[in-house]
Amino acid sequence: MRIAVYIAAVLLAILHQDFWLWDNDTLVFDFLPVGLAYHIGYSIAAAAVWAAAIKYAWPSHVEDFAEGDPKAENSGS
Amino acid sequence: MTQVIIIVCYMGLLIGLGLISRMSFRGTAKDYFVASQSIGPFVLLMSVFGTTMTAFALVGSTGEAYKAGIGVYGLLASWSGLVHAAVFFLIGIKLWSYGSRYGYVTQIQFFRDRFESSSLGLLLFPILVALVIPYLLTGLLGAGGFIKAITAGSFPDLFTETGGAIPNWLTSFVICGVVLFYIFFGGLRGAAWANTFQTIVFMIVGIITFIVISRGIGGPVAATQAVMEKHPELLTRESEFTKLHFLTYGFVPLSVGMFPHLFQHWLTAKSAKTFRLTVVAHPIFIMIVWAPCVMIGVWASSALMPDGSLVVPIKHPPNSELGIMIGKLTGPLLGGILSAGVLAAIMSSLDSQFVCLGTMFTNDIVLHHFGKDRFSDRQQVMLARGFIIAIVAITFALSLAEPRRVFTLGVWCFSGFASLFPIVFASVYWRRVTRMGAFASIFATIVVWLLLFAASDYGKDRTFLFLGMMPVATIFTASAAALIGVSLMTQPPSQATIDKFIIPRPGGIY
Repeated sequence: MRIAVYIAAVLLAILHQDFWLWDNDTLVFDFLPVGLAYHIGYSIAAAAVWAAAIKYAWPSHVEDFAEGDPKAENSGS
Repeated sequence: MTQVIIIVCYMGLLIGLGLISRMSFRGTAKDYFVASQSIGPFVLLMSVFGTTMTAFALVGSTGEAYKAGIGVYGLLASWSGLVHAAVFFLIGIKLWSYGSRYGYVTQIQFFRDRFESSSLGLLLFPILVALVIPYLLTGLLGAGGFIKAITAGSFPDLFTETGGAIPNWLTSFVICGVVLFYIFFGGLRGAAWANTFQTIVFMIVGIITFIVISRGIGGPVAATQAVMEKHPELLTRESEFTKLHFLTYGFVPLSVGMFPHLFQHWLTAKSAKTFRLTVVAHPIFIMIVWAPCVMIGVWASSALMPDGSLVVPIKHPPNSELGIMIGKLTGPLLGGILSAGVLAAIMSSLDSQFVCLGTMFTNDIVLHHFGKDRFSDRQQVMLARGFIIAIVAITFALSLAEPRRVFTLGVWCFSGFASLFPIVFASVYWRRVTRMGAFASIFATIVVWLLLFAASDYGKDRTFLFLGMMPVATIFTASAAALIGVSLMTQPPSQATIDKFIIPRPGGIY
């Protein structure tokens, strides 16, 4: 599932290049240019992909690392 | 006058918030610099979002959409929604874990340890400061241009040289003073609280602005129809975008991975789970702020006043489009509230950047080179405050010079940060990356950035592209190539360093 989430993120990056709407002046709801409407939808899709990442690809090993050996704390120079 | 009174009241509220945050200040350096790692999900979301949304997002996006059309949203807002959240998720959580485990408060402390090099920190410090200053400038120029536009004609006897508008220098001076006040008392906690408050204010006010302005120009349908008749190219991406230009803008949002002030905000998180809300809500929040601003900018190109004149005259100062729209289309009371909201967005970035620079100077220069034990916590906080004042003075002085468009200035600044991104990415994911690779990457960034910046006539050419691409694509590629090439040719880091920083995921892949 983790791999599927990352594939979805890459697909979304590709879908950013919406060349098929480049010169399309159709209006959604009579005021919103379709090129802008698409990218508003894109923002919502980005939120959905990262919500899926949190559910299916959460880096719990990083949390464990942060809570690790207390002796290592404050050793930053 | 009413607008100015409302803005003054808003500044008073922020000063009050600074005094309240003082009561929570624990008096330690760690509390001043990273709020004792006590920040929860909601405040982290609001402070990270407030910090990344500045004059660039409000004043800059409106002004750029006025010239270039709806494509501005795709250039930055939708790319940022995807890329910022990716950086928070893939880089931010790991950096937080290092900070939590090893006690870092600055980005340079991490890089110094990761690359086993004290001189790398010494090299990075002036570069990061030099890149943050233009970022600060975008805030001051945006605020100055906005307030000047909205107060045009309000004080004809007092400010004769600006036609009665509050001059840029006065706006910059007041904003710097108020931000300094609340961060002096509360440090990063004060900044986080103020950011939360200001982010709520500017998001609500942004929606109100959109509704009021669209009504003032006859409603969204009529406003868009006017653009369709006069500037139809602004409703598509035929105005000034090429597909390669649009694609390579995707490099710009990588800058968040190297923002030192964002690094510091990440370290305030109470736990890794605190990031969850930020990762998911950030793209939606960007959409809520950017989409109305872009539409207002597009409408501003063609909207008419009842007397048939353009709402935004063809000749107008840079960074003033939003201010002119609000000034002409709203009453003084609402105009004042909307202005306070715009200033909220601008100040919510300045505060974190000020605190961050003070933190870096204190920890990365003074304490690292002169010894931590020589300074008490109180002295460390005083050192940070002293450096912040110096930086504010420099930025204020620079803001008095000839203003560039906020958007252009911001893009060059972000391009520098984004081109350093390969270093932070490799530092958490690539065990083979070396100190010399990091040095090579930094030098490649400096050289190529300077060459391309000069080729753009030092930012004056707003539409400058290199090989048809955003300059950042070339700078980033040079930086990444230098990092990889030199790392492979030089001695790998010690096993102890690799073990300290590379966190293996159960199953083998990080």
